[in-house]
Amino acid sequence: MDTQRYLSMYRTMCLIRRYEDRLAEVYAEGKSPLFNIAAGPVPGEMHLAAGQEPVAVGVCAHLRPDDAVTAPHRPHHIAIAKGVDLKRMTAEIFGKAAGLSGGKGGHMHLFDAAAHFSCSGIVGAGFPPAVGAALAFRRSGSDRVAVAFAGEGAANQGTFHESLNLAALWKAPVVFVIEDNHYAISVPKGVSTAIAQNSDRAASYGIPGTYVAGNDVLAVDEAAREAIARARAGGGPCLLEIDTTRLYGHFQGDPEVYLKAGEKEEWRRKDPILRFERWLADHGILDAEGVARIRDEVAAEVEEAIRFAREAPDPDPRSAFVGVFAE
Amino acid sequence: MATETMRKLTMARAISEALAQEMERDPRVLVWGEDVGVYGGIFGATQGLYTRFGPDRVIDTPISESAFIGAAIGASAEGLRPVVELMFVDFFGVAMDQIYNHLAKNHYMSGGQFTHPVVLMCAVGGGYNDAAQHSQTLWGLFAHVPGLKIVVPSNAYDAKGLMISAIRDDNPVMYFFHKGLMGLGWMPSDDLAEVHVPEEPYTIPIGQANVVVEGADISLVTIGATVPRAVRAARQLAADGIRAEVVDLRTLVPLDKEAVLTSVRKTHRLVIIDEDYRSFGMSGEIAAICAEEALDFLEAPIRRLAVPDVPIPYARPLEQAVYPSVESIVQTARELLG
Ligand SMILES: Cc1ncc(C[n+]2csc(CCOP(=O)(O)OP(=O)(O)O)c2C)c(N)n1
Ligand SMILES: [Mg+2]
Repeated sequence: MDTQRYLSMYRTMCLIRRYEDRLAEVYAEGKSPLFNIAAGPVPGEMHLAAGQEPVAVGVCAHLRPDDAVTAPHRPHHIAIAKGVDLKRMTAEIFGKAAGLSGGKGGHMHLFDAAAHFSCSGIVGAGFPPAVGAALAFRRSGSDRVAVAFAGEGAANQGTFHESLNLAALWKAPVVFVIEDNHYAISVPKGVSTAIAQNSDRAASYGIPGTYVAGNDVLAVDEAAREAIARARAGGGPCLLEIDTTRLYGHFQGDPEVYLKAGEKEEWRRKDPILRFERWLADHGILDAEGVARIRDEVAAEVEEAIRFAREAPDPDPRSAFVGVFAE
Repeated sequence: MATETMRKLTMARAISEALAQEMERDPRVLVWGEDVGVYGGIFGATQGLYTRFGPDRVIDTPISESAFIGAAIGASAEGLRPVVELMFVDFFGVAMDQIYNHLAKNHYMSGGQFTHPVVLMCAVGGGYNDAAQHSQTLWGLFAHVPGLKIVVPSNAYDAKGLMISAIRDDNPVMYFFHKGLMGLGWMPSDDLAEVHVPEEPYTIPIGQANVVVEGADISLVTIGATVPRAVRAARQLAADGIRAEVVDLRTLVPLDKEAVLTSVRKTHRLVIIDEDYRSFGMSGEIAAICAEEALDFLEAPIRRLAVPDVPIPYARPLEQAVYPSVESIVQTARELLG
């Protein structure tokens, strides 16, 4: 058993969780007693992905730095798992000059060319670019792959269907990953989607589709291993839909009036990190001391990123007026 | 006097009241869009409608904008009067063909056989650091395409009257509400937008501007959230003895040209303030009209304050640098009179 690999996955999951939990706190600074979206060190919308760690970690465990990823409006877990620089990402979220984009992008628009990572605030926007990246990889004769992540709500967007067809036609090395957290803002999957599983839609484009139940990083790891290996080997695209849970609201400040009673508590009870932790313990890979050490490490890493972002200087207002075109 | 009885509403409440009253009056009016049901619209424009009219008339849609916006075309052709919400104007890109090639053109292309009484409503504008894909106004883009009426209320009174007019209009109307005027509580909102709104239904003609501040020295022509900003600028200028006139266009299509020309012929000076991009848009259009029809009256160059052709940046100091502000309006007016 590759214990180092499992420990590294566990560590990344802890890092993501710590990051999202701390960001929730930082985001709340200056926004009380009355919530004001424009106030505090981090203004604007904030979509956190705590609870969805298995998707990002299980998939990205099979990606190399030179593989491309597109992510949606809820991007932090994917960015972290893909290896986006945590300090510069945090500085971007704080709107600082040292941020990935010098403060021009913000939390929904993180771009890191070195990690071949980009994201978008427009639902469904990431599918077509991933197909294009995959085309470029294939034409260059490399075995690089592209992965498009999006929510289950995004699978009702035209771009999803067009991109699956195009990718299938082109046999593009791209894997489509649908994060099924059961809600698109307030709308439950059953109210927006006529079939239970989006993975079944793969059949209409002649590509494999798999539903991964249980918000379980090991199950995601297995499914992604096969999917990405196939794409790398020239076997063409496929679709993974991964069952997961969103432990915060759609965005911070969401009153969550649409949730069923007890639903959130149920999700928390089934926390995927605690379950993985137990599995690691049962297999003798990790003990309580190890857990404490890893949690301390990731906490320090997150604090360092937040400190860096807080202390970084604001961008020069004049930078707003440049950069529309490549020079 | 009877100020206690002068009920004030937020713009969000004024819009949802207009919708409720029209739904009550006309069973052909349906509302659909993302999160318009239980949630009541992300910006509260459909608050209370779901409870009152139920899921058959207030319909949560999948994130399939081409389909549900396009559906309004067929539904309106066959007798319904849909009000369709899409959260942010920035998102219309994914459904653009249905809007600009079909909704806008079918009446004309069919030689008048087809009519599309559709209201497409959405939030516009920034000021709370939501960055380039969630802060645009884009009304110039839609105004450019023949066949779409464009409504942009600047206060709760206008919001209600214009929404009722929009629903009763037999043409497609794009109804843009500015997030920073809605009175949401969770985002900064200009309190000048929260005004008296009569309980009974009323209409405001689409295509009629409103002179919100009268003045003789300079015209400040604008729309949406920059209206209250222009009003504040006019107050500051008044302290210097400069009498600025503020013209709230209220609708871009049809445009109340006469109101603009009348004001410019009176004041001889014009500043156009637009939260949309500067080039090829509202500010250029109004400048052109004044150059064509009131050039002889102008005693100073026309000035435009608009977003300087860059995407809206995220960081606070960057975002503030691109939007017209009270200060920039005051400064520009002073320069023109100086
Ligand atoms: C084209 C477009 N339509 C609507 C929205 C508004 N919106 C943002 S996130 C979201 C829900 C997305 O749901 P899902 O894809 O399931 O992702 P999740 O938020 O659950 O992670 C919606 C409707 C948008 N950003 N872009
Ligand atoms: Mg979802």
